[in-house]
Parts: sequence; structure tokens; C-alpha cells
Amino acid sequence: MKQRIKLLAAVLGTLAMLVAFPVFQSFEAQAGGYVTVKGSDTMVHLVSSWAEAFMNHNEGMEVSVTGGGSGTGIAALLNGTTDVCAASRQMKEKEYKLAESKGLDVMEHVVARDGIAVVVNPRNPIETLSVEQIGKIYTGAYTNWNQVGGPDKPILVLSRESSSGTYVFFQEHVLKKRDYTTRARLMPATSTIIHSVSTDQWAIGYVGLGYGVEAGDKVKMLGVKKDENEHPVYPSEKTVSSGAYSIARPLHFYTKGAPTGAIKSFIDFCMSKEGQKIVIETGYVAVQ
Amino acid sequence: MKSKMKEKAIKLVFTSAASTAILIVALIFLFLGNEAAPFAKVPGLSELFGQKWMPVSFEKESFGLLPLITGSLLVTFLATIIAVPFGVCGAVYISEVASRFERELFKPFIELLAGIPSVVIGFFGLIVLTPIVKDVFGLYSGLTALTGALLLALMAIPTIITISEDAISNVPKSYKEASAALGASELQTVWKVTVPAALSGIIAAVMLGMGRVIGETMVVMMVTGNAAIVTGSPFESVRTMTATIAAEMGEVPFGSDHYRALFWVGIVLLIMTFMLNLVSHRVLKKYQDKQ
Amino acid sequence: MRSRSAQTMIYWLMRAFTYFVLIVIAYIIFDIIRNGMPVLSWEFLTESPRKSGAEGGILPAIVGTLLLVLGTMAAALPLGMASAIYLSEYAKRGRFTEMLRLAILTLAGVPSIVFGLFGLGLFVLFLNFGASIIAGSLTLACMVLPTIIVSSEEALQGVPQSLREGSLALGATKWETIRKNVLPYAIPGMMTGSILGIGRAAGETAPILLTVAAFYLPGLPDSIFDQVMALPYHLYVLATQHPSADLVRPMQYGTALVLMILVMTVNLAAVLIRSRMRKKYRW
Repeated sequence: MKQRIKLLAAVLGTLAMLVAFPVFQSFEAQAGGYVTVKGSDTMVHLVSSWAEAFMNHNEGMEVSVTGGGSGTGIAALLNGTTDVCAASRQMKEKEYKLAESKGLDVMEHVVARDGIAVVVNPRNPIETLSVEQIGKIYTGAYTNWNQVGGPDKPILVLSRESSSGTYVFFQEHVLKKRDYTTRARLMPATSTIIHSVSTDQWAIGYVGLGYGVEAGDKVKMLGVKKDENEHPVYPSEKTVSSGAYSIARPLHFYTKGAPTGAIKSFIDFCMSKEGQKIVIETGYVAVQ
Repeated sequence: MKSKMKEKAIKLVFTSAASTAILIVALIFLFLGNEAAPFAKVPGLSELFGQKWMPVSFEKESFGLLPLITGSLLVTFLATIIAVPFGVCGAVYISEVASRFERELFKPFIELLAGIPSVVIGFFGLIVLTPIVKDVFGLYSGLTALTGALLLALMAIPTIITISEDAISNVPKSYKEASAALGASELQTVWKVTVPAALSGIIAAVMLGMGRVIGETMVVMMVTGNAAIVTGSPFESVRTMTATIAAEMGEVPFGSDHYRALFWVGIVLLIMTFMLNLVSHRVLKKYQDKQ
Repeated sequence: MRSRSAQTMIYWLMRAFTYFVLIVIAYIIFDIIRNGMPVLSWEFLTESPRKSGAEGGILPAIVGTLLLVLGTMAAALPLGMASAIYLSEYAKRGRFTEMLRLAILTLAGVPSIVFGLFGLGLFVLFLNFGASIIAGSLTLACMVLPTIIVSSEEALQGVPQSLREGSLALGATKWETIRKNVLPYAIPGMMTGSILGIGRAAGETAPILLTVAAFYLPGLPDSIFDQVMALPYHLYVLATQHPSADLVRPMQYGTALVLMILVMTVNLAAVLIRSRMRKKYRW
């Protein structure tokens, strides 16, 4: 009997707590000037620069920025834990379907463009690679630099984590949808790739153009040949916006339906002349 | 009468407070199980026994847990090998050899180490230790299982020292006196009497340290390179279960196969740490009962 | 004679092992202090970060971490201490107690990232708190609960049985006995253990990764349902995600130093309380 009373007390006590929690939720005021942005690590630097400038212009507005990867952002948007999703890739078919099943109408905004630079250590003699060669390095078909005209040294393949939009984009457009080699080291962030490439002589990695430019002479950005026979093109703002550099992509914002209120004014600011100036300052390519 | 009611009410409050611990455990199992369960139907549990972890793929997604489990085990094993001599020697030294002054100084100092946040240790490892490992062993990259293990050993050492030291100091004085009376040297007494008497306490300490190592996330994520390969070499990159969850969890669309597979990783991890904890608890208890 | 020199040698070896560990610890602390000190300034402590943390300060992260610590304490202290009181004063041998002990043991072994998963599922999604202070604090509270229970129980057990018996013999009820004759002696010890546990929570990254931490949020939070920046996550971000990680290295060290000072102050306070208490109460 005693034992049963104890159990009953336990169950009642905890139930009471569970019921009490949602009551607190009603205190959650939907403050008018609050925007959360979540998603791509590639874009987090850009978005927080936008947020900073936006808040300087608009007293009382608040923008919070979180990274984690494009997939993180999309998942968060679909789960209602963020207002804006920043994504360095397009939403996948699967994700659109999931949104549909939740009754969400997701709207896409292209807010900037980005080139993906393939980087090696400055002491590596290789200057250019073709897209196909890069693909073969990343799928594991090539494992030694002498297979692409370099010295007889094994290639240390560095990639982003699979949660990164850059990972998926690179897989789709450079690896031609094949799998990465399992030997690829998956780095939690772009700057760890830069750090490793700058210290490990035979490493290769890929990073957003902004990061590559920012890293200066710590890493060497390779010229990329679309085809074996074509001229190599080096990544830069010019070659990305002209379309000559082949590994480039648009950067997106996704919102639930058409943006309104604070969300709209933030996105409008990003697209404004001043917003696009920030895009160039942070090393990306303006869309207008 | 009123005070009796009050006593009962108070007891009820404490009882329900205490049962939250049970509730939390139940919720953890319930929640992990609930999220992981549908994976058993589609694509099926056999998928988890594969050799390859490739959750994002245009060809075929693979959710083999083997590389993650071997990765975690390798790092834990290495860290334990490194941590045990330091931990045990440290504990014996502090409790049996050190001067009073040293003891008063070292114990809080080692407890301070336990207080250094893991992300700080990971940061330190990434900046300072990674290049050292690379140069010392002549590797192409310092992002290896060994680098992670070294840092994790450092994090396990305070746990091992603190608990072993307790066990060693608790060995009855009479043992040592008897040993000395029989003509054993101080050293013989330490290794042949004191340490064996405290052995189960030391073992429990090591296992608790291992528990901390296997569950550690940020350090391994920052320095082990995270390549999901099955390997036994300390100079290869490994991907541990904890790093996999931390790196991929935010990314996955909720309800996808990948999402569910990550919950399976969580469950396997939970079971492994639970077993370690349970065994070390039993050992420790046996040892305490013996006292 | 031979064994004497062997003994000396082995002692030296053990001494070397111990000192090696101590030197490594000292080096880490020294390295962080040396590189972090130059950054520490009034500005660094009281301003919001600018240019993704390359300039400005870390005020929102400091405030965020403090709020998380407070939230964790508010949730875990009463719960943990009450559980300890139950275990030490009320529990009898039986299925319920055994279950409780097993649960606490299990909880103590759950890896921090699994708590993160759990917090994400329960607090952020199921209870719909979103990524917020309350979700993060509750997740951390679950994590430190076993530490608090175990150390509080130890403190309660340290109070001599005779004090309880005396009080009961004089006709006091059980609760009166606990309140007047047990808690006053046990509270300092209970606090110490609990504070140590909470200090650990302040430095944790994995559980807050999925439940509360924001990359960039210059304003301070208005309610417990807001996201906040937190020191461990800010350090992780600065160290791994910033485009020019080397350029912001001083800021990383500064952040690491502040985080370490914060955690160590908490720990040191606990250790000090304990050693004073040990001297004060000896039975």
C-alpha cells in the first residue's frame, strides 16, 4: 500500500509539472521587432554583418543569427524554430515534400552569390585542376598527388561536415552526385579546413570564396578548368558573377510564405544597395 | 492531527521530487526509443550493421554504425592506456609519497583541471597539440585518433586520481603496519599491500574515467578529423559517436531515416556508458562493502 | 641497499609522472592566461561583438552563460536537494528506492550530447519552448541533477545519527528534526557539491548546442524564452567557424580565459567552502 502511494505521488507530481510548463508558454510574447535567422555556416558571417548593420539602422529591431548548416536551418524553418533560414544550397525535393505535408508554403529569396574555392597549401606545386580531377580526388579514385601531375605524396582530403550546404553542393556539382571517399576528413567548420590546409602540406580542401580571400596567403586557391582542354579560371568576384568560374552557387534565404513585418524589412535591407555592399565587403558576390 | 497531515504532505513533496530522476531517465529512454523505433521497419535494423556511415548521398545512404563504434572504442582505448599510468601513479604518489605541502597543493589543483571546460581543452588541442602530434610522428595531418586520445586522457586523469586516491587513503593503516612489521620496505608495502587492497576502487576509478571519455563530444569533434573509417591505427582519423550526433543532428530533416539513425547512435552510446557505469558502480560497491 | 635505491628510483618515477600532469595543466592555464590577458579590458567585458566576434566584446555571451547557470540552479538545486533529503532521511529499502538509485546512476552516465538530444526533443520541440534559456537550463539541470543528489546525500549522511535521535526523542516530528537538526549542518556540504556540479554545467557546450545557443545575438534577452549567446559556444564558434580564425585568435583566448575564470571561480568557491567547513564541523 505504502509503495503504491509513493508511486502515485510520483506520477501526480510529475504530471503537475508537465501540465504547468505549457502554461508558461503563453507568456511568450511575439515581439514585433525580433527576427531569428538560422542555417548555413558559409553565410553566418555575412548574415551577422547584415544583422549588425540592420540593427544599427533600426532602433529596437533585434536579429539573432545561428549557424549549424543549411540543413539545420531548413529543418528549423520547417519545425517553426526560426523565422528565416539561410541556405547555401537549394531545398531538396524531399524537404519541399516535407514542407508540403506540414502545410507550409516556403518562399525562396536569392540574396547573394558565392564561389567555392578549392584550396591547397601554398607549398604545394599544383596550380590548377579540372573539375573532373577534383571530383576524382574527393571520391577517392585519386589518392596521390602524382596522379594529377604533382609529386609522389598522398592526398589528404578535407571536406565539410555532411550538415553543410557546401558539402551537398560540392557533391552534386563536382563529385557529380557520387559519394565522398570515406577517408575524407570531415571538418566541423570552414575555418578548421583553412587551418589544416595552411599547416598540412599535402592537404586539399574547399571553402567559400569569402573565406578563401580572407585567408590571404595562408592557402592557395586553385584555378579550376571546367574541362581538361579549357583555360583555368581563378575564383574571384568577377569570375563568379560573370559565370566563368564553374563552381559557384546562389545563396538563399527561405521564409514561410511571403515575409511580413520585421522579417520583410530585414530581407529588404539585405537586398538594398547598402546590404549588397556588405555582401562584397565580406567577400561574396552581389546579386544586383 | 494537522501536524500529521503536514508531515505526510512534506514527505510527499520529497518523494515526488526524488521521483523526477526516475521520470527523466524514463523520458530519455522513451524519447530516444520513440524517435529511433520507426527505423526498424524502414529501412530495417540490418542497415545499422553495415560497414559504412554515409548518411548524405545521392547514390545510397548508408547508416552502418561500425565505423562510429570502432572510432569511439579506439579513442577510448587509447585514452585509457595513456591515462591509467598517470592517474594511478599520481594517486599513489599523492596519497603515499607526497609531502603534506604537496598534497594540500595538488589536490585542489587537479580538481581545477576537472573544471577546465572541454571546449577550452579542445581549443587548446586544435591550436597547440595538433601540430605537435603531426611533427613528432611525421604525419600528414595532426587530426588523428591519438590527438583526441591524448586530450581525453588529460580529461580523465583528474577523475582517476581523485577516486583512486580516496580508495588508497582508505586502506586501513593496520595493513601497512603489518607489512612494515614483517620487514617489507616502504615500496613493497605500497605495491604489494596498499595498491592491491585498493585495487577495486582504482578499477572503478578507471572505468568512471572511461565513461567520461566515451561521452565527451567537443574535444573529439575538434581534433580527430571525423572521417568515418574502420581502423585500429592511432594515426588515422576517426569519427566518434558523440561527434557524429553533435555534427549531424541539427542538420537532419526531422523524421527522416538519417534523423532516426542518429537516435540509434544515441541509444548505442547510452547503453555503452550505462554498462560501464553499472559495472564500475558494482565494483566500487563491492569494494566499499569489503571495508 | 639495492632495494633502497630501487625505491628511490621508483618514487622519482612516480613523482615525474605526477609532476608531468601538473605541468601540462599549468601550461594550459598559463597559455590561456598569457594570450588572453591582453584582450581583457572593460570594453571586452561590456560590449557586444562586432564583425562576427572579431571586434567588440563578449557581454551577451557572459550574460547568457550566467543566466543559464542561474536557470540551472533554480531548477536543479531544489529538486536535487529534495531528492537527497528523501534518499537520506525518508527512503527505506525497497523497490522504489532501488529504482531511484538505479535511475540516478544511469543519469550520471548519460553523455552530455545525449542530454542535448533529449533536451532538443523534449523541451525545444515537444513542449515547444523553442531554442531558449528555459530549454537550455532545464537540459543542463537534468545533466547536473545526479551530481547534486549524490553529493547532497553524502553531506546529509555526514550529520551524526545522534542529532536526529536526540531531536526525535524530545518529541519533534521528523520534518522538524530535519529542518532544525540536520539541514543546518548539512547545507554547506550540500551547497559545495552542488556548486561543483553547476560549475561543470557552465562550461558545457554539447547540451546547449541543440537547445539554446545563438551564434550572434548582440542584444540581451528579455524573457526566458529568448535565445542567448553562451561563452562555450561562442568560443567554439570563434575557434572553428570564423572566416579568419587566426585573426580573431586573441578574441578566442580572451573568451577562453573569461570562461575559465568563471568556471574556476565557482569551483574554487566550492572547494574553499568545503575546506572551511571541514575544519568547523568535526564530529
